[in-house]
Amino acid sequence: MDRNDRLAISVKGLTKRFGAFTAVDHITFDVAGGEIFGFLGANGAGKTTAMRMLCGLSFPTEGKGWVAGFDIMKQSEQIKKHIGYMSQRFSLYDDLTVVENMRLFAGIYGMKTSDAKLRIDELLSQLHFGQERHAIVGSLPLGWKQKLSFSVATIHRPEILFLDEPTGGVDPITRRQFWELIYSSVNEGMTVFVTTHYMDEAEYCNRLSVMVDGQIKALNTPKELKLQYGVDTMDEVFRRIARGATRSE
Amino acid sequence: MKTLLVLLRKEFIQFRRNKFMPKLVVMFPMMAMLVIPLVTTMDVKNVNVAVVDADKSEISRRIVSDMQASPYLRLSLYAETYHEALDAVEKGAADVILLLPTDYEKKLVSGHAPSISVHANGVNATKGQLGAQYLSQAVTQTLIKLKRERGIVLPRENIYVQNRYNPTLDYRIYMIPALMVILVIMICGFLPALNLVGEKESGTIEQINVSPVSRVTFTLSKLIPYWIIGLMVLTFAMTIAWLAYGLVPTGSLLTIYAATLLFSFVMSGFGVAVANCSSTMQQSMYVMFFFIVIFQLMSGLMTPIDSMPQWAQYITYLVPPRYFIEIMRAVYLKGSAMQDLWPEFVVLAVIAAVMSLIAMLTYKKQS
Amino acid sequence: MLHILRDSRTMVIVLLIPVILMFLFGFAISTEVNNVNVVAVAPVQNDYIRGVLSRISENQYMTFKGCIAPKDIDATLRQSRADAVMVFNHDRPVPKIELIMDASNTTVAQSAAACLRGIIASEGGGMTEFVTMRMLYNPQMKSSYNFVPGIMGMLFILICAMMTSVSIVREKETGTMEVLLVSPVRPMHVIITKLVPYFVLSCVVLAAILLIAYGLLGLPLSATVLNVVWVSLLYILLSLALGILISTMTERQVTALLVSAMLFMLPVIMLSGMLFPIENMPEVLQWVSYLVPARWYIDTMRKLMIEQLPVSGVWENIMVMGGMTLLIVIIAIRKFNDQLE
Repeated sequence: MDRNDRLAISVKGLTKRFGAFTAVDHITFDVAGGEIFGFLGANGAGKTTAMRMLCGLSFPTEGKGWVAGFDIMKQSEQIKKHIGYMSQRFSLYDDLTVVENMRLFAGIYGMKTSDAKLRIDELLSQLHFGQERHAIVGSLPLGWKQKLSFSVATIHRPEILFLDEPTGGVDPITRRQFWELIYSSVNEGMTVFVTTHYMDEAEYCNRLSVMVDGQIKALNTPKELKLQYGVDTMDEVFRRIARGATRSE
Repeated sequence: MKTLLVLLRKEFIQFRRNKFMPKLVVMFPMMAMLVIPLVTTMDVKNVNVAVVDADKSEISRRIVSDMQASPYLRLSLYAETYHEALDAVEKGAADVILLLPTDYEKKLVSGHAPSISVHANGVNATKGQLGAQYLSQAVTQTLIKLKRERGIVLPRENIYVQNRYNPTLDYRIYMIPALMVILVIMICGFLPALNLVGEKESGTIEQINVSPVSRVTFTLSKLIPYWIIGLMVLTFAMTIAWLAYGLVPTGSLLTIYAATLLFSFVMSGFGVAVANCSSTMQQSMYVMFFFIVIFQLMSGLMTPIDSMPQWAQYITYLVPPRYFIEIMRAVYLKGSAMQDLWPEFVVLAVIAAVMSLIAMLTYKKQS
Repeated sequence: MLHILRDSRTMVIVLLIPVILMFLFGFAISTEVNNVNVVAVAPVQNDYIRGVLSRISENQYMTFKGCIAPKDIDATLRQSRADAVMVFNHDRPVPKIELIMDASNTTVAQSAAACLRGIIASEGGGMTEFVTMRMLYNPQMKSSYNFVPGIMGMLFILICAMMTSVSIVREKETGTMEVLLVSPVRPMHVIITKLVPYFVLSCVVLAAILLIAYGLLGLPLSATVLNVVWVSLLYILLSLALGILISTMTERQVTALLVSAMLFMLPVIMLSGMLFPIENMPEVLQWVSYLVPARWYIDTMRKLMIEQLPVSGVWENIMVMGGMTLLIVIIAIRKFNDQLE
């Protein structure tokens, strides 16, 4: 067994093909427990597809992978109990209120009613939800929706949190708040796997991988990456790596 | 189990909060039950007859005047030529042509009478066929009367027709149970499909798929609301049938509800399965429409199954509403009991189980 | 604009619907009454009764299912094993025949009773046949002809009005409509490009229907086909205009779907005279039916295709349809422009 209990995520040669198109091409990496692992790449590089395979939303064509100690090929339903997922596109119920959405997912993850109540109150105050808690979600501005998505993803205190571009389309102040939330989740013991294309955010990660055309072209700490390419910012690192990209939207 | 309750609560909140759905579930049955029975009269009245009288004898005139006494037949044209009568049929002025051949009276006296011809407009088969039958019946009666008057002894028979279960031959009474079936087909079929594809289009299903919810639980949370709605719609429709048409089921309510419940399993399972296999609302609606048309046409809802050719009759065994319609008509009008209808119940139960299973199996959390 | 062609599954189904419908209506379904199952209660049989029964067996509309005991009458009817029970009573000097019809199906009961009376009368009259019947236009009594216009009326509403409105509203829902509308393309052009694929699709469906009707169902081919085609194109335009109108009035796909289903599909099926004769409807509904575009189209098609009338025979209908098209287009454009402001 290649399985390593200390690793939150372990992936070997993971591949996804859609017909003739290879979206994710033999990627291999490990994520340690308690880490913030950044997943960088241009649009269409294959980040979301890779993440969807890890979350059990999509079957890998090839390769092996373990998430929270479970095999992604065979035990995807087990994995789902231990992860939280925030999708790139807002995917909560527009016609329910903030609290109703949270209660729904607390129930789905099998939380006891009393525990759920405490957890929901905690999250609401952490996210500074005031009057909005009883507002219909569809009427909230995007920043609030994103915060709600985040809180729903963490409602059951998952071991591993998958965030797919959590700060897309969000103002700088809310982005800042988001990263505070991510750090506090890590302090609670979660592992965070986050995709982004904001290079300043990349600096907040413990380790980074850069995907180009479905392959991982670089994987290291932000500091090491900058040293390796002899540049001062992650922005430039990314530009150097992505120069050879053939796919982009 | 607790997860199912949580999901069901969500479905009901969403349903209640929707501006359109609750109105639809109330208004649609009401409109359908109040308007459609007024429209769907297959009763054939006012059959317009064009007479071509080549005989112009006393007998031929008697036939025509007797014919006019019939409440169904109406003399619309006394044509000189067959061509003229045909023209009237083409213009829609006549439905049936009565052809009285030349020298009919003379030949009748000599005992070598040719047949009188009745030509009916085949465009509207129901009206054509019934109209032609009424006409030939009227003519036959006149001829028999004439024979007797001329001293030809014929056995006198008395025919009494008893129209059991619907003595006044009210077409509405025939249509109302079928209408209830249509309502359950539409509401229990379309709504779950729309609901589930809606979740796919808005992306909310993704958040469910990434959670540990089991396929069975999630599918049930999509089916159960429509079982309840199906029973509600039926109750509503039956109330309207009672208030507006004074029609109450002759058989037991329990049998009707049992059949409706089974059939709403079938339809909601079908709707969910279609939604599972489609990615857009448009696509799912095409598929649903396709099957619902087949369901309505091949189930004996509007046209008798017995009139279909043998191969088509075999196909109808695969059409689930066929069994539901049989049960509904039999229980509603004839007062048939569960033991009279057990084959239908068994088949419906099997289809319900299979359909629910398909609904669960076609739901894929992982692509 | 190409998105509908890419969706091959939808395409297949859209083309399959008319083909299957035509096939079913053409060969499977008929409103005429056939195969009426008759059983008899005849404790004592004589020549007269045997004569009647053999006539029933020979009748093409009847199936004689044998004799039963008087006590089984009720069960036989309730279990739908027979449509009619013929009871011969012998305890009177005059033969009395009682026809017990399962009138839960009124059409069958009516038709079968009339037919049985005829059979009994001709046996009594000792004659071969007083009257012979013949059906005009489709002597085999195939109802297929009758339904072709109805199917056309229904399908074009489905494809043009329903599906077009849903696809436009979908763009509104997903927000792509806004992107298109702020682009330099003129708003009306955006809509027209949305309509073209459905127009093309309708033409393909029209071709398929005509091919089946004239090729397979044997509808007599004549010069009126050209008239059928251009009147159908007019109706397709009318339906497309309806589609735009619905799309301007609704914000969500589900609403567009249900509105077009309830406001257009149902009336088309019920009020257009496709299944149920208009003349039997209450006066008020007859007036309502004048507002249903499909009613005019189906009527026109019936006259052109089945009765083979020249176009001069239907010009009133065509004028009405043309007027409706113009009116709906004007309202739709006005609504659409209101929406932009």
